[in-house]
Amino acid sequence: MSKELIRLVANTMAFDGETVLDSIDLSINDKEFLTLLGPSGCGKTTTLRIIGGFLTPTSGDVFFDGERINDLPPHKRKVNTVFQRYALFPHLDVYENVAFGLRIAKVPEKEIDDRVTEMLEIVSLKGFENREITQLSGGQQQRVAIARALVNRPKVLLLDEPLGALDLRLRKDMQQELKKIQQTLGITFIYVTHDQEEALAMSDTVVVMNRGRIQQIGTPEDIYNEPKNAFVADFIGESNILDGIMLEDRLVKFFGRKFVCVDTGFEKDEPVDVVIRPEDVDIVPEKDGQLTGKVTSVTFKGVHYDTIVDFHGFKWLIQTTDYYPVDSIIGIRLNPDDIHIMKKSEYSGLYGDYSSYSEEYEELNDPDLFPEDISEEPQELSQSAEGEEAGKDEN
Amino acid sequence: MRTKRLAVPYLIWMVIFTIIPLGIVLYFAFTDSVSHAFTLENIIRISNYMPVFINSIWLALISSLLCIVIGYPVAYYIAGRSPAMQRFLYMLIMLPMCISFLLRTMAWVSLLDDTGIINGFIRTLGLKPLPLIRNNGAVILGMVYNYLPYMIMPLYTVLIKMDRRLIEAAQDLGCDSVQVFQRVIFPLSIPGILSGFTMVFVPAVSTFYISQKLGSSGTTLIGDVIESQFKAAYNPNLGAALSLVLMILVFICIGITNKFSDNDEEVVTI
Repeated sequence: MSKELIRLVANTMAFDGETVLDSIDLSINDKEFLTLLGPSGCGKTTTLRIIGGFLTPTSGDVFFDGERINDLPPHKRKVNTVFQRYALFPHLDVYENVAFGLRIAKVPEKEIDDRVTEMLEIVSLKGFENREITQLSGGQQQRVAIARALVNRPKVLLLDEPLGALDLRLRKDMQQELKKIQQTLGITFIYVTHDQEEALAMSDTVVVMNRGRIQQIGTPEDIYNEPKNAFVADFIGESNILDGIMLEDRLVKFFGRKFVCVDTGFEKDEPVDVVIRPEDVDIVPEKDGQLTGKVTSVTFKGVHYDTIVDFHGFKWLIQTTDYYPVDSIIGIRLNPDDIHIMKKSEYSGLYGDYSSYSEEYEELNDPDLFPEDISEEPQELSQSAEGEEAGKDEN
Repeated sequence: MRTKRLAVPYLIWMVIFTIIPLGIVLYFAFTDSVSHAFTLENIIRISNYMPVFINSIWLALISSLLCIVIGYPVAYYIAGRSPAMQRFLYMLIMLPMCISFLLRTMAWVSLLDDTGIINGFIRTLGLKPLPLIRNNGAVILGMVYNYLPYMIMPLYTVLIKMDRRLIEAAQDLGCDSVQVFQRVIFPLSIPGILSGFTMVFVPAVSTFYISQKLGSSGTTLIGDVIESQFKAAYNPNLGAALSLVLMILVFICIGITNKFSDNDEEVVTI
């Protein structure tokens, strides 16, 4: 990776005594596609707003290109933002929205024209120059918002859930398009989302956040294959998380049975969380199984069946392309690299049990039901109200 | 069908108190006071009152513009406070409206009169009293004082409803606070300005009480003339004709402001 561009050092943010960010350290490289991923209220938007300059951290420092920028107002930062729900100027047409930043920067008219035209071409909105914002669809507005930010050639583009308001199909298309734009223009993207699939599909680096803390930083593969704690394992994809004892390197015991695994570096007999991904479990005839259990529910998901299997009262989710009817007894086998061992954390025991399967699981899978927008909104508004007030006092 | 029936009481009200009176005004405006025959005499005689019309429009225009200049910063300030403070300040703005319009104007008379409170104070300082009343300035003062809340209300509403993200977006794109105002806040508040302008201009152009109490014979407004036609000169036909012209004038004014704000629903049309 190339050199470091932004560094957050021990950033803490508190609103009315409530800690929203708890001593975040984060380093972002030039030309990186970094995603802040987490559930609502985890502090990801707050982190983005600190980088954008709309919030000043209660304590801690923000560095840009080695320079401390804590007190640099947004209009002096070399970053541009694509806002949640776009925040396009309703009194200006598409062309003037995109040209807005260039006009403020007093770029010559000819160059403005060239750059706006070029940018509208990149976001496939050629011919829409004189459209009113209200005449555009959600997807088109979103493109205008991206063009309006990118036309200023920022070093960093901040994107706050830019695809949240789009339907699934459009979202998938835009994910690819954004990734393409990022690679073509070589700009650092800092992307905020609660959609783990989106994060995995687009990012170079994923930062998983919860309760104002960074849980894990890594490549999408790292995050998925080597989750650091039960929260990450559960938030990224589906996981069965069990209590285990690490007997020695590469040997773990759970459900009273010893399993060979690939993990090392734990204390002898250390209690651990064991993660088993639903798609990694091999179903075998009962007699060949390392463990045997009873199928309690089957849901057809298109590519596979979500099969819930009861092992000693602990229910697992297993994803299999074969159909096993309810009440059938099956055996399972686990290969050493199907078993992932994590240190115990504050999240141990909170996640990864499918005993209460059904509604909860369905909800997590359905992005529309995710309460992100509803719950993060009021906080957002009060924050910006403060910013506005400060702006007015300057007047 | 049911919803139509709900409108019946108001329809009756409108016919009795709007449509019929309007017909009567039209009838009076186009008939002779003695013979009751059709005539354009009244309309033609209005040209004698052209200077009064112009003076009325002029004073109402100045008052409206002053209301914008005074009201905008006030509305802007209130909109930027905390919700509790906003309610309090908004109530302060509305408070004078709870007191009778006549009483408020009378209060100004006792303040500004040659023997009034202000001049009384000036006299005790041994200075020459100031000509504070019975001039255009006093009339404009009365108009601005009485109608200012009508300017602040729509401006406040527009400003409070403005999407804060737009302001952040402007900052993000390089605007300092002055540019944010010039490029985003002000253009987006124009519907409020036009709405406030209409709400101040229309009552100001037709007022008679303010000019009677605070003005002089040189500051007669069209409202005064209409009033005197009905009450003193007893020429309701001419009064009706003047009212008709004034009404058309107001319609034109509303039409123009609506045209400026084209499709925006924020504007209050009276």
